[in-house]
Amino acid sequence: MNKIKSLDDLRQLREGMQAKIKLRESGDNAENIVRIKVAMSTCGIASGAKEIMTYLMDELEQHSIEAVVSQTGCMGYCFAEPTIEVTLPGKDPIVFGDVDKYRAAEIIEKYIIHNELVDGILPANYRTIDN
Amino acid sequence: MADYKMHLLVCGGTGCKASESEQIRDNLLAEVENHDLTDEVQVVMTGCFGFCEKGPIVKVLPDNTFYVQVKPEDAVTIVEEHLVKGRQVNHLLYRDPENDKPVSDSKHMDFYKKQVRIALRNCGFINPENIDEYIARDGYAALAKCLSEQTPQEVIDEIKRSGQRGRGGGGFPTGLKWEITSKSVADQKYVVCNADEGDPGAFMDRSILEGDPHSVIEAMAICGYCTGSSKGLVYIRAEYPLAIQRLKTAITQAREYGLLGEKIFGTPFCFDITLRYGAGAFVCGEETALIHSMEGLRGEPTFKPPFPSESGYLGKPTTVNNVETLASIPVIINKGAGFFSSIGTEKSKGTKVFALAGKINNVGLIEVPMGTTLREVIFDIGGGIKGGKKFKAVQTGGPSGGCLTNSFLDTPIDYDNLISAGSMMGSGGMIVMDEDDCMVSIAKFYLEFTLDESCGKCTPCRIGNKRLFEMLDKITKGLGNEEDLTRLRTLCKVIKDTSLCGLGQTSPNPILSTLDNFFDEYLAHVRDHKCPAGQCKSLVKYTINNDKCTGCTLCFRNCPVGAITGEKRSPHYIDNSICIKCGVCYDKCKFDAVSVS
Repeated sequence: MNKIKSLDDLRQLREGMQAKIKLRESGDNAENIVRIKVAMSTCGIASGAKEIMTYLMDELEQHSIEAVVSQTGCMGYCFAEPTIEVTLPGKDPIVFGDVDKYRAAEIIEKYIIHNELVDGILPANYRTIDN
Repeated sequence: MADYKMHLLVCGGTGCKASESEQIRDNLLAEVENHDLTDEVQVVMTGCFGFCEKGPIVKVLPDNTFYVQVKPEDAVTIVEEHLVKGRQVNHLLYRDPENDKPVSDSKHMDFYKKQVRIALRNCGFINPENIDEYIARDGYAALAKCLSEQTPQEVIDEIKRSGQRGRGGGGFPTGLKWEITSKSVADQKYVVCNADEGDPGAFMDRSILEGDPHSVIEAMAICGYCTGSSKGLVYIRAEYPLAIQRLKTAITQAREYGLLGEKIFGTPFCFDITLRYGAGAFVCGEETALIHSMEGLRGEPTFKPPFPSESGYLGKPTTVNNVETLASIPVIINKGAGFFSSIGTEKSKGTKVFALAGKINNVGLIEVPMGTTLREVIFDIGGGIKGGKKFKAVQTGGPSGGCLTNSFLDTPIDYDNLISAGSMMGSGGMIVMDEDDCMVSIAKFYLEFTLDESCGKCTPCRIGNKRLFEMLDKITKGLGNEEDLTRLRTLCKVIKDTSLCGLGQTSPNPILSTLDNFFDEYLAHVRDHKCPAGQCKSLVKYTINNDKCTGCTLCFRNCPVGAITGEKRSPHYIDNSICIKCGVCYDKCKFDAVSVS
C-alpha cells in the first residue's frame, strides 16, 4: 500500500475512492449490481446478522444476481435487528428490519427481483451532515 | 407480474398502529382494488418514521408526499385525489410550524427528522474495516487540514469556539482541556481515549468504535498535534472484543497509509496509538482511576488537582477524552466551529448520542441536537411506551444520574438543565420506566451496582453505600419505617459531600431523585407496607378467591413450595408463611381466581 505523504495524496485517494463508488453506482454494469449493507455491530451479530449475511450471499449467487454485500456498523435500529440496507441500481437505499432467513428470502424474491416493497421497511428518521 | 409505479407507505410503528394505521392500510388496499390499481400501486406497512406526534403517517412514493394525522376514512380521498387525479390532498399535508404552509415534498421537510447524526455520521454507512470508505467520506481530511494549514493553537481555538463539551458525562469544555495540556511543559505527553463504557444500558461508545473506528483515531491524532503528544492510548474494556478487533484493524490500516507513525502527511508530526485493556471496572471510567489502571496500578481514583492535563499517565501531561467527544472532532474541523455551534442550546452545543432502553418501543441508538426535549426523544423517536402503558420516569446519567418524571418531559436536554432537574447528562444511557416499575427497587438496583463497583478506597463510598443498600433492602421488604427515610436522605448527603471521586459523590443520586420525585411511593412502602407497582415480592400477597376457585388443583400441582392446600372440587388456600411469591398459581389459574394485592 502506498503511503499518504501529503494532503494532495489524500485528496487523490479520496477522489479515486469516490470515483470507484460512483462507477459502482453508474458504471456499465450498474443496472445489474445490487448493494446490500448488513449492520454488524455486536448487537446485530448477536441477533444473527452474520448468518443473514452468509445467507444473502449464497442466495444471491444462486439467483445469479450480481451484488456487493458488505458489513457496516450499527444503524441504530436495535429494536429491529438484524437490519440490512438494500440499494437497487438508480434507487434510494431502503432499510429492512427484523431480517431472518424467511424475510431475507422474501426481500430477494419480492424487492430485489420483482421490485415490490415488503412490509416492515424502516424509514430513515435522521438527518445527515452531508452537503 | 405487477410493475408498481407508486407505493403507499403506511407507518406501522406502535404509536401509529394504536391510532388505527392497520385500518388505514386495509382501507387503502380496498380503495386501490376498487379503482383497479392493484397492478400499479402497492401498499406497505413500514417501521416507525420517528414522528409519532403527527401520526398516523402515510407517505407516497415516488413523489415523497408526506401525509400526517391520517384517519381510516381519508383512504378514499387519498386514492381518488392523489392516485387517480394526481392531486395532493391539501388538508392532510404536513404544515410548516413556522409559516403554517403545507409542505408537499418530504425531501424538503427534513426538519421533521429529530435526529442529526454527527458522531454517528458513518455508523451503519461505511464498512468499518475498510479505511478507503472512511477516506471517501472525507476521512483524515481534518487531520490533513490541521497539519498543513493550521497551528496547534488555531485548532484549539476552533474547538473552543465550537463550544464542544466532553461527552463522557462531566461536560468539561474540550478545547480548554486540550489547551491546558498544550501549555504544560514536558518531554512526553499523552492522548488517552476513554472507551471504558460502564453505565448499565449504555452502548454509544461501543457502537462508534465498531461502526467508525477511524474517526476516533483521526481525532486522537489531531489532539496529539494540538497538545504536542506523540503517543496515544485507547483504554478499552476487554468485554468489547469486536470493538477491539475493529480498532486494531483500523490502526493497522492507518499505519499502512502512513496516517499514523512517523512524519504524517510529510510533516514533522509523529503519532501512534496503542490499546490498553480494562477489566471492566466502572470506576476506571473516572480519569485518574483509568490512568492508574493503565500504569498497572489498582484502578483507584486519586484526588484532583493535579489534573491529568498537568500530571497524568506516568506523571506526564495527559488529555483524556471520551469516544463520542473524539468522534465529533473531525466534523468540527471540516465543517467549522460555526457549523457545530449552530446546533444545540446556549451552553451545550452540538448533538448527543443516547442509547434508548427499557420500556420503550424503539430501543435503539439515537443522536439528537442538544435542546431536544425528553418528550421528543421518548415519544417521537422512541415511539412511546411499550404495551400502551403509562410513562413513569426516565433514568438518565446511569448510576450517577437520577430519574426524571412527567414534569420534565418538556425540558430541553442539555448539561445544565439535566443537573438542575436533579439528574445529569452522563454518558448517554436513557432507561425508560413505565407504571409497573417500583421506584424504590430501581434505586436499589442502581445502588447495588455502585456497591459492586465501589473500589473501597474511601470510607463514605465503601461503607456508606452498603448502609444505604441495607436500608433500601429493608424498605422493599416492608420492614422500614418513616425514620428510615430521613436517615436515608441524611446519609445520602454525607456520602455526596465526603466521597473521594465522582463514583461516590454521585452514587446516592438515584435515591435522592426518587425520594424527591416519588416520595409517595417510599411512604407506601414504609407506612402501609405496600408496593404500589406490585414489584416488591415481600409486599405482595397472593390469595385465592373462594367464589371463583373450582378446585381444579392446577395451582396445587404447580406450586413449587407446597404452599397451596385444598380438596378436589373445593376452594384452595395459600399459606403465606410458605409462599415465595413466584406467581405460578396466578399464571396457571384458568378461572382468574388468584388475585395479587
